[in-house]
Amino acid sequence: MSVRRLAKEQPASFAFSKDSQAKADWWKAKYPAVRKQSAVIPMLWLAQKQEGWVSEPAIQEIAKQLEMPVIRVLEVATFYVMFQLQPVGKVAFVQLCGTTPCQLRGALDLKAVLKAKIGDANHVSADGKFSWEEVECLGACCNAPMAAINDYYYEDLTPESLAKILDDFAAGKSPKPGSYDGRVASEPKGAIHTLTDPKLYDGSYAKKIKIPNLPEKPKTSKAKPEPTA
Amino acid sequence: MVGILEDKDRIFANLYGLHDWGLEGAKKRGCWNGTKDILDAGRDWIIDNMKNSGLRGRGGAGFGTGLKWSFMPKEVKEGRPHYLVVNADESEPGTCKDREIMRHDPHLLIEGCLIASRAMLANACYIYIRGEYVFERERLEAAIKQAYEAKLIGKNNVHGWDFDLYVHHGAGAYICGEETALLESLEGKKGQPRLKPPFPAGAGLYGMPTTVNNVESIAVAGTILRRGAAWFAGFGRPNNAGTKLFCVSGHVNLPCNVEEAMSIPFRQLMEDHCGGIRGGWGNLKAVIPGGSSVPMIPAEQCEDLPMDFDALRNLRSGLGTAAVIVMDKSTDLVRAIARLSYFYKHESCGQCTPCREGTGWMWRVMERMATGEADPKEIDTLLDVTTQVEGHTICALGDAAAWPIQGLFRHFRHEVEERIASYRSGRLHVQGAKLIAAE
Repeated sequence: MSVRRLAKEQPASFAFSKDSQAKADWWKAKYPAVRKQSAVIPMLWLAQKQEGWVSEPAIQEIAKQLEMPVIRVLEVATFYVMFQLQPVGKVAFVQLCGTTPCQLRGALDLKAVLKAKIGDANHVSADGKFSWEEVECLGACCNAPMAAINDYYYEDLTPESLAKILDDFAAGKSPKPGSYDGRVASEPKGAIHTLTDPKLYDGSYAKKIKIPNLPEKPKTSKAKPEPTA
Repeated sequence: MVGILEDKDRIFANLYGLHDWGLEGAKKRGCWNGTKDILDAGRDWIIDNMKNSGLRGRGGAGFGTGLKWSFMPKEVKEGRPHYLVVNADESEPGTCKDREIMRHDPHLLIEGCLIASRAMLANACYIYIRGEYVFERERLEAAIKQAYEAKLIGKNNVHGWDFDLYVHHGAGAYICGEETALLESLEGKKGQPRLKPPFPAGAGLYGMPTTVNNVESIAVAGTILRRGAAWFAGFGRPNNAGTKLFCVSGHVNLPCNVEEAMSIPFRQLMEDHCGGIRGGWGNLKAVIPGGSSVPMIPAEQCEDLPMDFDALRNLRSGLGTAAVIVMDKSTDLVRAIARLSYFYKHESCGQCTPCREGTGWMWRVMERMATGEADPKEIDTLLDVTTQVEGHTICALGDAAAWPIQGLFRHFRHEVEERIASYRSGRLHVQGAKLIAAE
């Protein structure tokens, strides 16, 4: 567990923008009408997307919309660590994965880069543009080490490529998410020995097939269930 | 040929995202082929065939998928709709397979959801995806939209089984991968696990009959039924059937995801697909074979090791999610496990005292073990504490926090003892006090 409290300085009010409100209503419609409380996490997330962080007035507004006691929304906002309870860097908010698989492949070196470029973790830089934190496994371990910057994954990082990405953000560019080692996704780099059979992709598998072992009608042939090429 | 499995037997043909993820591409690769015939065959046929295929749940526990589906009530009572919930809260360190399914082969998952829902008489399904997977969620939503537009799912769809599919997301809590915590979270509460019984099949989401399955277990269902249970059961050793996505990370030359037959020897998996261990096979030190929660095994036990549930259980470890974390001889194992202890401390939900207090306690001691500051006697105290946490909590997070530490000391206790000894050598030491050597 970690201690998470609301920020000392809070804005006076919060209102969903028209766009966010439409999205919030879309979320609410996903659940049975009497269960709209289910939308609390997506709505807190929308509030965070709109303002950059989750403030107390936002929590109150969501409680009102979902007809929940405020404490229940507060509970959720403080339990889930993706909700930022303080303002974060406006241009780039870096969440560096520090768990063992990334650590084994050099996350500690990346941490040093972030420290040098931005400063201490969980502090917004003086110009308000950058901040970073260490987070737990982000589930991209085959592309370690990696970081999520403004929600998207930057993978296969080196100290150099991370520094370059940060410089690009500082220069007002928006560097592309994805692998920085020339990979498409999580394939073995430059040595893909599987999934090379062209028949997988030429439509051979889309031909009409007979499902094996179907019940009585029509009488099932006890044919060996070969792949239906 | 590389590995054991042939390309024609691979289920996830777009694992690497080199081809079209959309509906057209998926159909070309065989998805949505014959789905109506499968649904028309009915509940019992689907469940029997899933049982015969020998598919064991891919989320870590390895419980029979067909058997799990059969626990759902046989008929829907008035006002008690059934739900399928797909667990896409993939947060186990080392695991990154469901992500590839959702962003590159989402239609296999959608088709699987429809088939599984038919089998458990559910007309609605929620996919609970972890909050950090923003891109994957966008991709999945887009694929679901395609499926709705093509009338493959939704009301009055071409398959004749009314079915609504919704994506829900979390917000960064590992514990929500535990099925009852996931249901709590989906209901808009803190993700704290529920006591079982009642089991979700009796009272799950909103108190209704619910089954929670892992993404991979659901996504393989369509292909299994299309090609036949016997086809799937033909891979791997008995009781460990099928094909499996392995996520290999850590000190290998080419970390990657790969779909292989179950029971593939560990060494073959490394050398055929992952470019071998960094620095050669002899440089291997230890392996965490199934995601961070399972105990590590040392290199000596890896030589002829088949990667499956039973073989790894016999080594007092586990296949878990088949997330293989490889560590070579340069690894500071104590530091690596101390980092995992921090992970569990951070992710404990705080509901049960042994876990809430124990995970923090274990982490602090592990940190001192990593620097060598600890007292040798503390090793046994630490191991004793792990057994006090293990099995004394509502969910398995307590166990998961205890096992990596137990695994470390089972095989590498001497390393910790040497570290403590070398920290102390040349220093004055008084029990219970930290001394700074006089200059």
